[in-house]
Amino acid sequence: MNDLLSSYLPIIIFLGLCLVIGLALMLAPFILAYKNPDPAKLSAYECGFDAFDDARMKFDVRFYLVSILFIIFDLEVAFLFPWAVSFGAIGWFGFWSMMVFLGILTIGFVYEWKKGALEWD
Amino acid sequence: MLTGLAAAFFYLFALIAVASAVMVIAARNPVHSVLFLILTFFNAAALFLLTGAEFLAMILLVVYVGAVAVLFLFVVMMLDVDFAELKAGALQYAPIGALVGIILVAELAVVLGGYALSPNVAASVAEPMRDLAERHNTAQLGDILYTDYVYAFQIAGLVLLVAMIGAIVLTLRHKEGVKRQVIADQVARDHRTAIEVRKVESGKGI
Repeated sequence: MNDLLSSYLPIIIFLGLCLVIGLALMLAPFILAYKNPDPAKLSAYECGFDAFDDARMKFDVRFYLVSILFIIFDLEVAFLFPWAVSFGAIGWFGFWSMMVFLGILTIGFVYEWKKGALEWD
Repeated sequence: MLTGLAAAFFYLFALIAVASAVMVIAARNPVHSVLFLILTFFNAAALFLLTGAEFLAMILLVVYVGAVAVLFLFVVMMLDVDFAELKAGALQYAPIGALVGIILVAELAVVLGGYALSPNVAASVAEPMRDLAERHNTAQLGDILYTDYVYAFQIAGLVLLVAMIGAIVLTLRHKEGVKRQVIADQVARDHRTAIEVRKVESGKGI
């Protein structure tokens, strides 16, 4: 147990360094940078237009479809990891149980391919 | 039980997890909410690690941080983000939120009640966790997931299939009149179908 946790020590050190560097880069401008605020600096510049409307717009629902299909196959791969690790211990039953699982998802994959869900238009 | 440094890290990660979970519902901007949700996932992964569930921690990072959080970002961006309207409508969902909260508290009460009734309940479950030095966590999961729990495993596959088909049926709309590449048709063409030789009489067009 403690072996497991101490093997993650480098990650904790890494996270601590990330925190220090990130905070330093965010805080340094407040301390060091030359400040001379002026409203003209924030106004539309030369040929810049004032904004016509909000920059936020609705995303196409197809992004959602791509994302959810990605999650499903991501999970499929996640199930493969413990299977591969204990492959020697689970025997033929474990092998075929995974093959059935992959078969079920392959049906979905064929459906998805034939419906054209992998194409953008 | 966790002691010493491990306990200190437990309290650190638990504190950040709870604080960022509060920020998920308190943040004004929904995109910031999702980012705080990612921070919560990271800390939950660290808590999993502290209990020795290494595989679950990594899967939490890969699946939840890598995929589900992106899905949430897409969903947030698919909404017509009108912050004033969002703030006004937030209170009408309070009863549903309260109901979910009550269910979660009840589940926690069941878990803690079981722990109070039999303190070594963790050792009397169907497959107690073995010593990690003997066989590591991922292998312990793999040893039972595909054989002893084969029905649950296959049901997981079917749930994924239903999710895939459901997402396609609900969201897939093809535009009319879009020309697509049909590779089989392209490959099946040869010089006999691709070109045609016509006699053109002089002085006339086709």
